[in-house]
Amino acid sequence: MLRPAKAGRSVSLAWLGAVPFLIYVFAFLLLPAGQVLVGAFKDQQGGWTLENISTLFDEPYRSAYRNSIEVSLVTALVGGFLGFMIAYSVIREGTPRFLRSAFTTFSGVAANFAGIPLAFAFIATLGTIGIVTQFLTNLGWNPYDHGFSLFSKTGVEIVYLYFQIPLMLLVISPAIDGLKREWREAAANLGASPLQFWRHVGLPVLMPSLLGAMILLFGNSFAAYATAYGLTAGGVNLVPITIGFFYTGDVLSNPHLGEALALGMLVVLALMMLAYVPLQRRASRWSR
Amino acid sequence: MRRWISPGAVVWILIGAAYFLIPLAATLLFSLRDQTTGKCCTLANYEEIIDDPAFWTSMRVSFIVALETIVISLALLVPTLYWVNLKLPRLRPVIGFLALVPFVVPPIVLVVGLFAVYQDSPDWFFAEPYGFLPAAYVILAFPYIYFSLDAGFRAIDIHTLTEASQSLGAGWWTTITRVILPNIRTAVVAGALLTIAIVLGEFTIASLAVFDTFPTYVQYINQNKTYPAGAVTLLAFALTWAAMVTVAIGGRRRTSTMVGH
Repeated sequence: MLRPAKAGRSVSLAWLGAVPFLIYVFAFLLLPAGQVLVGAFKDQQGGWTLENISTLFDEPYRSAYRNSIEVSLVTALVGGFLGFMIAYSVIREGTPRFLRSAFTTFSGVAANFAGIPLAFAFIATLGTIGIVTQFLTNLGWNPYDHGFSLFSKTGVEIVYLYFQIPLMLLVISPAIDGLKREWREAAANLGASPLQFWRHVGLPVLMPSLLGAMILLFGNSFAAYATAYGLTAGGVNLVPITIGFFYTGDVLSNPHLGEALALGMLVVLALMMLAYVPLQRRASRWSR
Repeated sequence: MRRWISPGAVVWILIGAAYFLIPLAATLLFSLRDQTTGKCCTLANYEEIIDDPAFWTSMRVSFIVALETIVISLALLVPTLYWVNLKLPRLRPVIGFLALVPFVVPPIVLVVGLFAVYQDSPDWFFAEPYGFLPAAYVILAFPYIYFSLDAGFRAIDIHTLTEASQSLGAGWWTTITRVILPNIRTAVVAGALLTIAIVLGEFTIASLAVFDTFPTYVQYINQNKTYPAGAVTLLAFALTWAAMVTVAIGGRRRTSTMVGH
């Protein structure tokens, strides 16, 4: 059916209402991201080059990516596992209700409590004169005499878990809520042991949510700058830290290499997001 | 139905509680130590921070930047989301997609791009914290404000409210400020508080752009004064805590389905 001309015009004019917002997002998000993409392929004189990208595969940049991916993988897996176990323990029957709201509220805070203050909280705990370090030393076992350091890759992982575990708890709780009690009862009536229930019902249903949540955790850790900086002042070679050096360091360096490093992060995070969205869609099937 | 908490659950809950509380307790103990003797307990570290003019200057900068960020974000998003829900439902998935982009473009990448685009822009924008930082923070806060407002808009019937308002003779401005805003105020307040938490904790962009905000002040204290750093760290945690708990309580009271972490 033909639409009257007047209605057609009002529809096209209605688009104008979204223009200020779209301009803002373009100017301060899409244009800068696009500039990173283009700048990564430029040389100092403004010509096109693949030099910056190929430099990413040389040291120390190759190690920076390897470290960043390793830290993100470890904290996503360990944080995902601990977050899930804690979330399940808090939600399952028998646990007092107040514990659930306490953990959820606290996780909302802790998941946002990244950065400089978090780094210091762990320096006060596990730093060379930290409370726990001193406690262990008094027991006769100084962790710093046994190869441990908070200002290392392991240290960064321990600190990142402080926001990874609560993020997992927040993201996975709705999925655990979606595990219907009838399923467990039905499985039990059919003679399934708790282990069999998890093996054949619980985990398969939760799997898309678990994978999606861990991808989110991976990206969360991969993008983090402030916490690692506050902890080690740049002593651990991670991609965001290396990018930071390009803009704060005394060395006059090639900004296009910084853009190439940033582009590498964009690519990794975009791949994560591409994997995340379909998983999320599949996970929501059970919560309908 | 099980009546008692299972032993396995107790173990995991204790591990979780220990992991989260021990660093906070350690920070508290640090903040109470005497700077010269290292012995407990004194409030001198808190006094030192409160008497430090740099603390108040950085707080002022951060709060003004937070306020600017909130005003710009709401002025952009409230009318846009209202309009999109009312007249342009086809644009909704586009905005939902844009709200995911900041997760792919983290602060460290965003700041690199902003430098490249705006390095030659006028000083009142590029060299002033009140210009550059809110411009970037609106983008960082965008997903959180969007998810909060979107939930708010879903919970009300904007078509009926708009028709009722307009049939009583109200214009667009009156409709938005006197009819729509009061109906989504919980979502607006939640978005604003999340923004305060984000701005008071954002270090990456402020540090690379060399502006003195509260987080860069905390970093300065951390590097130079061990025990006062405990005091200022706890303060930062308390501010995040206050903002987030207010959001949680407000959300529960209205039993709206807030999204976001």
